[in-house]
Amino acid sequence: MALPPVEQIKAQIEAGVPGASVTVILNGSPSAQHSLLLDPAHARAVAELLRDHSEWRLDYCTLVTGVDWPDTETSEKVKVRKFVKAADGTESEQEVDEVRKTKVPGYLEAVYHLFSMEKKHGQVVLRLRTGNRTDDTHVPSLTPVWRGAEFQEREAFDLYGIVFDGHPDLRRILMWDGFKDYPMRKDYVPPADEIPVIEVHS
Amino acid sequence: MLGEGIIQGLVETARNFFGSYVEKDRLTTVQYPEERLPLPEASRVFPFLLYDGKDPDAGLRCVACQICEKECPPRCIHIEKSKDKKPDFVGKMQVYPAVFDIDVSVCMSCQICVEVCPFDAIRMDKVFELSTDNRFRKLLYTKKELSKPNEYYQKIHPLEAAETDERRAKEAEEAKAKAAAAEAAAKAKAAAAAATPPVGEASGNGAAAPAKLAETKGSPQ
Amino acid sequence: MRDALLDRPVYEPEEGEIMEVSMGPHHPSTHGVFRMDVKLEGERVMKLKPVFGYLHRNHEKIAEHGAYLAAIPYTDRLDYLCSMTNNWGYVLAVEKLAGLQVPERAEYLRVIVAELTRFQNHAGLIGFLLQDMGASGTPLMYAFREREKILDLFESLSGARMMCNYMRFGGLRVDATKEWLDEVRALIALLPGFVDEFEALLRANEILMARTQGTGVLPRELAINASVTGPMLRASGVNYDIRKVDHYGVYDRFSFKVPLGEHGDVYDRYMMRLLEMRETVKILEQALKDIPEGPVMDPKVRLRGLRPKAGEAYGRIESPKGELGFFLISDGTGNPYRYRVRPPCMINLTILEDMCLGHNIADVVIILGSVDIVLGEVDR
Repeated sequence: MALPPVEQIKAQIEAGVPGASVTVILNGSPSAQHSLLLDPAHARAVAELLRDHSEWRLDYCTLVTGVDWPDTETSEKVKVRKFVKAADGTESEQEVDEVRKTKVPGYLEAVYHLFSMEKKHGQVVLRLRTGNRTDDTHVPSLTPVWRGAEFQEREAFDLYGIVFDGHPDLRRILMWDGFKDYPMRKDYVPPADEIPVIEVHS
Repeated sequence: MLGEGIIQGLVETARNFFGSYVEKDRLTTVQYPEERLPLPEASRVFPFLLYDGKDPDAGLRCVACQICEKECPPRCIHIEKSKDKKPDFVGKMQVYPAVFDIDVSVCMSCQICVEVCPFDAIRMDKVFELSTDNRFRKLLYTKKELSKPNEYYQKIHPLEAAETDERRAKEAEEAKAKAAAAEAAAKAKAAAAAATPPVGEASGNGAAAPAKLAETKGSPQ
Repeated sequence: MRDALLDRPVYEPEEGEIMEVSMGPHHPSTHGVFRMDVKLEGERVMKLKPVFGYLHRNHEKIAEHGAYLAAIPYTDRLDYLCSMTNNWGYVLAVEKLAGLQVPERAEYLRVIVAELTRFQNHAGLIGFLLQDMGASGTPLMYAFREREKILDLFESLSGARMMCNYMRFGGLRVDATKEWLDEVRALIALLPGFVDEFEALLRANEILMARTQGTGVLPRELAINASVTGPMLRASGVNYDIRKVDHYGVYDRFSFKVPLGEHGDVYDRYMMRLLEMRETVKILEQALKDIPEGPVMDPKVRLRGLRPKAGEAYGRIESPKGELGFFLISDGTGNPYRYRVRPPCMINLTILEDMCLGHNIADVVIILGSVDIVLGEVDR
């Protein structure tokens, strides 16, 4: 038995967990593996629902991935009316092009891939996002629901700095304990011996 | 019976021990430095550069396009282009690498440089006993150490080399025919409309090509 | 009731002093640079924390800095005993991400090399496991003798014995010759005899049974919840083999059985590998019988400068150690934006503590051996 499309899963989650808001994130690649963005407040309840749902039984959490989406700056040209001083000294109101920059705050993301060992189907992709990349880096831990997430959440904490609230043993796992930075982040600069970024040719 | 399983296992070890005197499948060890197994054709260790003919500088196939440098996963290749040009095997003027270094202490023998090279200039070697007492200088191979003749390639990868040589001979043949056609056309044009400086230059190029060609064609056979 | 599983078992000492032992990272039984912080009460394990990362080289970051092609030789170095299956996992994910097709002959050859890899991995693992139990050398050398024959085949096919770098998205790097396939046929005719011998060597050995039966029991529910995969999961009685579930490649064309354990102890995990070796030989026989002629590489695929459409894909295969998955996010450029490995070895270590508690310290060694870890993959 195959899983229903993501839209139906979303509807059932929202019906099953009161107050939960789920957003479908479509995937443009040929794989068409769409995902569900959960709100952190209800993530744990949703995860339990997915695991214990009688038809889905998503009892197997394969993969936990940390992803870094840095702050982006978009610039757009807007027309503004302004008083402009002409060369002869007279001021007149004119339409001028102005570049307006908007800063889109980045976030860290934890992606969970779920399968079902009992029903042998899958996959459902869950996403959790932090508020930003600096001080609000908390998401709820799903280790209490699937123990398989334990080491991988530790790894996401170690390499990305995502803090999983409710994780039983959140320590660094691959880097040593005294290490300060988060090496998998896109803006990480290695202390010495820099890795050159390979320029990609067409 | 207790101990039956142990006896069963000992029968197996006995069979392997005595079997190793008669069955070849059970005694596969060779006494390495004295006794050596032949390496398979596909076997690869580190890359080297190929040249045609006798002179490594004149016959080097590499045209310093730097594709291998960009594609190399651990980025162990360093190339600097030359300022001047020299003719390649079809007579086209090409730059050549002034510096071509491979740091074999970084190289992971993945063969991607060989796959991406459009000029058949880099191939994998089979020499694996490369240990030295100096881990910095002696493991950085320069152009001089890397250049090896096509005959060597034919010896270590016979099938692959035959295929490459055939293809290159064909390409050279085509280029020769094309050059001859171009020359004939140029001559006809020159005859028609008196001599002009650019034609003289073009024919000069054409003259350089056949000499180089003879050399390339001569070497594979 | 389900949540009760998640409460970690705590072994309460009755009396006596507690000793902390750091096993590793240079302990001969840890199969690499792996450390366990063990708290002991006498000989009994009260607490065990796995510590790893000594071989960490940030494989994922390296792959994110390179083109899609450049990551393939790095995947060889994950689980360095099974480079063929690592290649397959990665190229499968790229093929899903970019929507590439693979020629049929390439699919068959992939099955052949992957099953040969599985065979040599399991043989090697059993050798090491028995070595850990005190059967010094003999079984390991028998295993390595067979493994050597398989590695020679890999060398004549791909050029390297362990770091094969053989698969490409859209096919394979080189085709196998007829002679090579005949050599494989000749080899797999011998393999069942080897498995019989290898099994007779120690399967019914009373000492081995006393050591392994009932040791390191992993209950079925915990195994599922802790995302344990591969032979270790099946030893606990869960019928989950990705070759059967996903039918990736051409696995739906072969008939083979998935062996299942009953008790989930070290003995079952040991037997699971032996039984899987037999099934592997069956798959190899069928694949070699049916292999079609044709190209091994889709000529339309651009190896250099592949730029998949923005999106993401998760591709997974059944590697000898468990579920090996690769999760790729593309942003439309020539490098993967995010490249993530699902390392089966590391995730199978999650329940190491649960399996070891209450056992003697000597049992920790064989429990760890039965998990089948390779530190290149645990640490990445």
